[in-house]
Amino acid sequence: MKIVVTVKLVPDPNSEKKIDPNTKRLVRTGVETVLNPYDEYALEAALQLKERAGGDATVTVFTMGPEALKETLRKALAMGADEAVMLADAALEGSDVSATSYAMAQALKKTGFDLLIVGGLTDDGSTGAVPGALAEYLGVPCITNARKAEVTGGALQVERETDSGYQTVRGPLPALLTTALTFGEPRYASLKGIMGAKKKPIAILTLSDLGLDRPVGTDGSKTQLVNFAPPPVRGKGKTIEVADATAGAHAIFDFLKEKKLV
Amino acid sequence: MNFDLTDEQKAIQSLARDFAQNEVKPRAEEMDREEAFPYDLVAKMAELGFMGLPFPEEYGGAGGDTVSYALAVMEIARADASTAITMAAHVSLGATPFYLFGTEEQKQKYLVPLAQGKKLWGFGLTEPNAGSDAGNVQTKAALRDGKWTINGTKAFITNSGTDISGGTTITAVTGTRGDGKPEISNLIVPQETPGFTRSKKYRKMGWRASDTRELSFMDATVPEDHVLGPRGEGYRQFLTILDGGRISVAALSIGLALGAYDEALAYSKERHAFGRPISKFQAISFKLVDMLTEIEHAKLMMLRAAWEKDQGRDYVQAASFAKLFAGELSHRVVNEALQIHGGYGFMDEYPISRMYRDQKINEIGEGTNEVQRLVLARLMGL
Ligand SMILES: Cc1cc2nc3c(=O)[nH]c(=O)nc-3n(C[C@H](O)[C@H](O)[C@H](O)COP(=O)(O)OP(=O)(O)OC[C@H]3O[C@@H](n4cnc5c(N)ncnc54)[C@H](O)[C@@H]3O)c2cc1C
Ligand SMILES: Cc1cc2nc3c(=O)[nH]c(=O)nc-3n(C[C@H](O)[C@H](O)[C@H](O)COP(=O)(O)OP(=O)(O)OC[C@H]3O[C@@H](n4cnc5c(N)ncnc54)[C@H](O)[C@@H]3O)c2cc1C
Repeated sequence: MKIVVTVKLVPDPNSEKKIDPNTKRLVRTGVETVLNPYDEYALEAALQLKERAGGDATVTVFTMGPEALKETLRKALAMGADEAVMLADAALEGSDVSATSYAMAQALKKTGFDLLIVGGLTDDGSTGAVPGALAEYLGVPCITNARKAEVTGGALQVERETDSGYQTVRGPLPALLTTALTFGEPRYASLKGIMGAKKKPIAILTLSDLGLDRPVGTDGSKTQLVNFAPPPVRGKGKTIEVADATAGAHAIFDFLKEKKLV
Repeated sequence: MNFDLTDEQKAIQSLARDFAQNEVKPRAEEMDREEAFPYDLVAKMAELGFMGLPFPEEYGGAGGDTVSYALAVMEIARADASTAITMAAHVSLGATPFYLFGTEEQKQKYLVPLAQGKKLWGFGLTEPNAGSDAGNVQTKAALRDGKWTINGTKAFITNSGTDISGGTTITAVTGTRGDGKPEISNLIVPQETPGFTRSKKYRKMGWRASDTRELSFMDATVPEDHVLGPRGEGYRQFLTILDGGRISVAALSIGLALGAYDEALAYSKERHAFGRPISKFQAISFKLVDMLTEIEHAKLMMLRAAWEKDQGRDYVQAASFAKLFAGELSHRVVNEALQIHGGYGFMDEYPISRMYRDQKINEIGEGTNEVQRLVLARLMGL
């Protein structure tokens, strides 16, 4: 079974994010790049499924991004992925969800997979639209928000998390799965994993390897980022002066009642 | 000249940092209060490969270098000094002697499970009357009927009495040399050796979650082949072990200082006085600047010593410089970090109060400040 996990390389979520006002793209220089946190959960799911399948199961991580960030993928290899594939091409810059997903799908058709595991959301673009678009371009079933998954007899059985509980869904392979955070905490890369990761292959694909029949990058993107702004600064809270604790409790109660919170 | 860490060294440091901040730091206060040895954390560190970090894979280790090892100890000490000394003493004092001096058979038998972190091991040099003057060993071992019979006492031995301790390697006088001086050898003493007992844990000011005990040997017997490497090499062996240990003690000190700095920085931004965060007072911000400046200084010294060791060069002087400077620096940093906390720093629930207590041993263990100066004076030809 060949499991492929998509992993976006994103600016460290703990760093301050800046958007270049001219290009309207996220500034990626001068900040550390990390594996998109949700995608670490997807990788954890893939590694668990590989361990359970035993034998010939493999895990490939796939990313689309600038080649300069290639080494960031070592962490995924250190966590236990067997190999990595990166689609890197300057002509992809400025791709929107549709162009991104189209290009990724063409590359994923080339690498091939039985099960494609995708994180639910990125920490930078945060559209959450890539998984659905990918499944569409690949022509495979899309099962989202999995908290458990099992491959039996060539089919995928998934427990999906919903607001009110969970559902059990079955589908044929090949399929696309997105993971919920409840699937399991991403493991630490072991030292052996870190030492072994440098020997694992990272293959680079460019657009000329794919043969696309529509444009990608800025030209192939119908959506454009027009404007952006930081979230509004929260105003000062309301301060009330009271004589004692009882009066304070009353004041708070009245306030909550006024807001219909009690 | 190049100051970049390799990708691998960076990855190991970042793994150690994630592990320390997520798994170790939240437990540090309780472990200190309860004097509880963290068996589960040690098991996790073993699984990740920390307990055998600098040993080759063929001996159960992770195959890392000294730079990575020092960075890992530093990151763990930044979260909790007790957990860090448990790892550092195990690697540098427990397992390293087997790696450096053991016969192939001893490596297979002892080093492999130690590097895998399945067992801990102590190194017993210090005695009630032989600390700085470690050559003044009183413990004696006599060879009778193919067995060493050992009598004596060892003091302050780390990792010697946990449920997973496999034994301790001790220095003992095993005879008289040709020149009339005592012959010192290192003897391998497994836990189940008859006549070998451990005291209860000492009650300590710091490193309270680490295991430190007194060992006594009353006609304790081990087979003749339980000498580490060649007989009579004990003195030279322990000097070499202490040289390497200085790098990890420097790392422990710098890690603790960094942890104290982290606490002070965060607190200085939260705590308000006279209508502003105290970090806005120059007296406080300058303290923080000085702390970080000195930490950077010590880190460079430590990395330099570790790098020299990895290059197979003579690293003894660099390691002594680093240990001496880092030990004393950790004192200055915890002191100022606590000062920044005001009265709250004196309260047990603030991590800085534990760090303040954990600091002092950095200036005593594996060679006091005075002994470091003695070593350096000798190296400088004084
Ligand atoms: C501030 C900002 C705003 C944007 N707004 C829009 C917009 O409104 N509409 C639009 O079409 N585009 C937009 N984009 C561009 C968009 O973010 C990128 O095209 C991106 O590739 C789409 O994915 P996402 O980051 O939103 O991914 P999501 O859909 O949030 O990602 C879901 C999962 O898809 C996978 N994935 C996504 N991208 C990659 C990748 N490059 N490599 C590997 N796996 C990946 C990951 O597993 C991820 O967990 C914006 C970009 C920025 C920086
Ligand atoms: C928590 C803890 C864990 C330890 N773990 C271990 C362990 O695992 N294995 C082990 O073997 N030991 C261990 N030790 C022992 C430690 O290495 C010794 O305590 C240390 O070397 C100092 O020896 P001492 O305590 O006998 O002090 P002493 O040697 O008695 O020193 C007392 C004072 O005299 C000074 N002094 C001594 N000689 C000179 C001199 N020539 N010139 C100037 N000043 C001098 C010292 O610097 C010190 O200030 C541990 C100690 C502690 C507290």
